[in-house]
Amino acid sequence: MKSIIFGFATALALTTAGSAFAADKYKACFVYVGSKTDGGWTQAHEAGRMQVDAELGDKVETKFVENTPEGPDAERAIERLAREGCGIIFTTSFGFMDPTLAVAAKFPDVKFEHATGFKTAANLTTYNSRFYEGRYIIGQIAGKQSKKGVAGYIASFPIPEVVMGINAFLLGARSVNPDFKLKVVWVNTWFDAGKEADAAKALIDQGVDIITQHTDSTGPMQVAEERGIQAFGQAFDQIKAGPKAQLSAITDTWGPYYVKRIKAAMDGTWKGGESSWDGLKDGILTMAPYTNMPDDVKAMAMDTEAKIKSGELHPFTGPVKKQDGTEWLAAGAKSDDGTLLGMNFYVEGVDDKLPQ
Amino acid sequence: MEMAQNIILTIMTAATPLLIAAIGELVVERSGVLNLGVEGMMVIGAVCGFAAAAVTGSPWIGVLAAIVAGALFSLPFGFLTLSLATNQVATGLSLTLLGVGLSGLIGEAFVGSAGLRLQSIAIPGLVDIPLVGRLLFGQDPIFYMSIALTAGVVWFLFRTRAGLTLRAIGDSHGSAHALGISVIKARYLAVMFGGACAGLAGGHLSLVYTPQWVENMTAGRGWIALALVVFASWRPWRVMAGAYLFGAVTIGQLHTQALGFGIPSQLLSSLPYLATVVVLVLISRNRRLTMMNTPASLGRPFVPDR
Repeated sequence: MKSIIFGFATALALTTAGSAFAADKYKACFVYVGSKTDGGWTQAHEAGRMQVDAELGDKVETKFVENTPEGPDAERAIERLAREGCGIIFTTSFGFMDPTLAVAAKFPDVKFEHATGFKTAANLTTYNSRFYEGRYIIGQIAGKQSKKGVAGYIASFPIPEVVMGINAFLLGARSVNPDFKLKVVWVNTWFDAGKEADAAKALIDQGVDIITQHTDSTGPMQVAEERGIQAFGQAFDQIKAGPKAQLSAITDTWGPYYVKRIKAAMDGTWKGGESSWDGLKDGILTMAPYTNMPDDVKAMAMDTEAKIKSGELHPFTGPVKKQDGTEWLAAGAKSDDGTLLGMNFYVEGVDDKLPQ
Repeated sequence: MEMAQNIILTIMTAATPLLIAAIGELVVERSGVLNLGVEGMMVIGAVCGFAAAAVTGSPWIGVLAAIVAGALFSLPFGFLTLSLATNQVATGLSLTLLGVGLSGLIGEAFVGSAGLRLQSIAIPGLVDIPLVGRLLFGQDPIFYMSIALTAGVVWFLFRTRAGLTLRAIGDSHGSAHALGISVIKARYLAVMFGGACAGLAGGHLSLVYTPQWVENMTAGRGWIALALVVFASWRPWRVMAGAYLFGAVTIGQLHTQALGFGIPSQLLSSLPYLATVVVLVLISRNRRLTMMNTPASLGRPFVPDR
């Protein structure tokens, strides 16, 4: 019995420990959707927070809440942080959009930043990363590396961010192999290693020889390694899970952005109502080393990366047709950011019907 | 043919952890105890199995550790509900919460480390039988255990005196106590058996299914196992049918998507749940038989009168 009581006391101490703030430091807080060690999306944000600690640790105190469910529950978690005296709060999942907006309205003096959303307020900005730039590059690699010309895409939820990623990947692949095909499987979860692995197996059984994913676990990478095909890591370098399988990974690097914004919040230059959308050139997004591919493919990938960084190449450049064959972008035309952020259609060549 | 075999193999891998956890819970519930902590015990089994395998380098020690960890982790639940007669629903729920949190703490050092896979064992001779050989005799050891476990539980519950006693306790703990049967002791054993099974199911996830450790990797499978027991009206072979049906529809819907028929993926994702509930309710629709199989003392705390 004693041990049980001790266990509960420890658990309680762990949950409340973070609320004891030192009085003189600026407080920056983070809300995570997953666990800080998920090996993907949330861990990348956690790495960013740790960079803040490392660089601004003498002036800034950070705090985080992990495993916060999207939806109404999130509102309570965010509100608690606001009440506890956080100066700036980063909410790091698309599903925190409306809860963040609601809490921001109640706490006009607290600064809010919401990742990947599209709603802003006087004290709420959004920030995002141009993941599609990385997806275009891995699409090109897939176009070169796939012998069958078919890739499998494990997708989470049909939101614009994911649809944009699918389109960018296919446009990249078709830029080197115009007949390239893409099979999409929606698993309707961000994180379920078993289910993601099952989806990878199903895709491989149906003949794809490259796997890419927009979900957060290393399950698919492991399957690719076992079945001897190639795959791309997501959000975090997954080379450990697939030493022979991983071609590259789109790695989120939030640290520099967090440091910059917290500094701005402290010196008063922070402004609300803005949307920041940085990409490869800003270092918010980096490509893991190009591995397990011939030198010419590697050279092509690096060349594309350089061209995207310099602004010479925009992944969404016409001519591009929508899936139904109608024209979306005329030759040479570039897509505007608004269309990308609200993307709700496939480009030509996706072998799937977009769930509405 | 190769493709069909691969698909069936995937289904079996998906169904095995559900089957093992559900069979364990079935024995617990047959003894009259409702343990909602399956998810928690499973995730503890997953992390301990992975950790033991990573530290010792032997996946077999991992399997053993998963089983032992699951059984040990069920003891706080046993102590609270059996010795202190607390509410089983509340205690089981807190066991799940504790397990999910504790496993994250234990596993923090192992996140991202390469997993060890429990190798499949091909049974010589039998594995070469055309069509079914590879499916039935070329599997991972935990698959064989799951089949043996199901058959063993059927034999134990319905063919042995001890099994009869266990069912009697589950149906009327008062009468069993009056006959001089040690209700609490039997229930402790049942709860630990359930914990060991849940632990093994978790070990399957972290050593066979996806050999890695990530927090929350059970992703609700413990709850599905719990539901399977109820919808299978506490019959072991039906639990097995339910687990395989669930696995089959889950994998089937992924293939349907990959084929690109354009059926809404949200509908397909909910199909495994719908199909399993509908089928198991249909086969259990004989009300008299269902009543007969429902442990009458299920969930009621037992306080022996002196």
